[in-house]
Amino acid sequence: MSTTAGVTPGAASAPGGGPGVKDSDLLVLNNVEVIYDDVILVLRGLSLGVPEGGIVALLGSNGAGKSTTLKAVSGLLPSERGEVTDGSISFAGEDITRMEPSDRVTRGMSLCMEGRHVFEHLSVAENLVAGAYTRSGKESSSDLEMVYEFFPKLADMRARVAGYLSGGEQQMLAIGRALMARPKLLMLDEPSLGLAPLLVQEIFGYIKRLNDETGLTVLVIEQNARRALEVADHGYIMEQGRIVLEGPAAELRENPDVKEFYLGLGDEGSRKSYRDVKHYKRRKRWL
Amino acid sequence: MSTFLNLLVYGLADGAILALAALGFVLIYKATSVINFAQGEFLLVGAYMFYTAFVMMGLPLIAAVAVGVVVATILGVVVERFILRPMIGEDPISIIMVTIGLSMLLNALVQMFYGTSVKSQPAILPRGSVDFLGATVPLNRLLVILIAAVVLTAFTIFFRRSRHGIAMRAVADDQQAAMTMGISVRRIFALAWVLAAVSALIAGVLLADISAVDQNLAAFGLLVFPVVILGGLDSVPGTIVGGLTIGLLKQFVSGYLDPGLATVIPYVVLVLILLVKPYGIFGETRIERV
Repeated sequence: MSTTAGVTPGAASAPGGGPGVKDSDLLVLNNVEVIYDDVILVLRGLSLGVPEGGIVALLGSNGAGKSTTLKAVSGLLPSERGEVTDGSISFAGEDITRMEPSDRVTRGMSLCMEGRHVFEHLSVAENLVAGAYTRSGKESSSDLEMVYEFFPKLADMRARVAGYLSGGEQQMLAIGRALMARPKLLMLDEPSLGLAPLLVQEIFGYIKRLNDETGLTVLVIEQNARRALEVADHGYIMEQGRIVLEGPAAELRENPDVKEFYLGLGDEGSRKSYRDVKHYKRRKRWL
Repeated sequence: MSTFLNLLVYGLADGAILALAALGFVLIYKATSVINFAQGEFLLVGAYMFYTAFVMMGLPLIAAVAVGVVVATILGVVVERFILRPMIGEDPISIIMVTIGLSMLLNALVQMFYGTSVKSQPAILPRGSVDFLGATVPLNRLLVILIAAVVLTAFTIFFRRSRHGIAMRAVADDQQAAMTMGISVRRIFALAWVLAAVSALIAGVLLADISAVDQNLAAFGLLVFPVVILGGLDSVPGTIVGGLTIGLLKQFVSGYLDPGLATVIPYVVLVLILLVKPYGIFGETRIERV
């Protein structure tokens, strides 16, 4: 197993979380195990940490358990017959493993679900008001202006029905709506899903700006590993329900394994054919 | 002309009450996807609770209304918490059977405690009549229209402007996304049932005042179905249009054609609408972007 300096292969079984996890982190997942329907084991001892003010990318292929991780963090598992059966999740030093979703939102965590999930029959403005549900009316009206300032496009469309916006506009609305809860931690589940490359760039630009300007902590899930590692400070790579590799984003980008497997680049920087990748995948697992 | 105006006022009054009753039905369907067959019994229970407070306990009008609202609130919460919540995730047919059972239960409870005889309740709305464009129309019907209009407007403003109203619509749209906003879906479900019970109480009291406090109130509640099918199961404005249409149709058919036909005509409309426009006039079409 070839790893460059600083990038450590996952130590999912190590006590007290993986090597990249510090107790001072804003969000800490410690050996989390998630089971759906009492039988389907999806997360098998996952540990990760998100430092305050950082952008952390969680990468991995389909079915690796990325979305499940975010659902476990935001408390949505019970609504999908899932359950955290082992390990713990803490936010700002407080154990939240079995807390109600609404209490988590009050404590400062916001999730932008995969596929945007805007309220289709509500107007843009009403979507944003719904996002501020946990907060009092006066505070949130000033936030509304802030969101409009950040996303001027939304301000122009405030009376439009959200279901008829384009994909990129819906993604902006979903992010704006999540911001209305005044989160300390913003979790994004595949913000690039179904968007044209230029729009993906725009969305990631917004994420970076939010982090720079307001110090918002971000945990982002992506299939688009290249884009995510460009904006992130730190990256985790998941496979079959646990972390198999982690490290600073800059180093992950240069890691030959990541390059070959997730960025689709060979050692020479050339694209590999599907057959080679498939062969490679069979030959080499980090497990 | 005089007959026309009279039928118009009677029809609008019936329609306004129907709209109120249907509003509760639509709220429950929209927020929780439950088809509540007990909506008519909610009217019945509301009217009898008001009768208990106003006539049997001799409370002043305002206090009796307050008692009615409190009991309706408790009824809504209890029904949601102990009857519908355990049914979440069950087959829609099972849930429909449960609400049918609930309607029978409520009906039986009212019969058990109050008997089947007509209760006499002093008129709340003034009984006089007024001259209106040369016709003599009953004052209480006009007041029913006015009160229902005020209540329906208040509900509409609640859904458009208030935080909880918007949250209710958000839950109706996308429950999971609403949960990520910190909206408690259970609390919204309870709120939907409470609002349905309260709007049914108002409808029940108004209806009892222009007719009588008896078991027939629940039968009137059955007319909710043609109303919501016509207006669209999930449309609040649809309940108003549907309610007024059915109310007017009934009165005009009864006045100009035949009173017997008038009791059938709402259900004829129901069948026709199901054939032609199954989502109703204002029913939400699924938004699909291409």
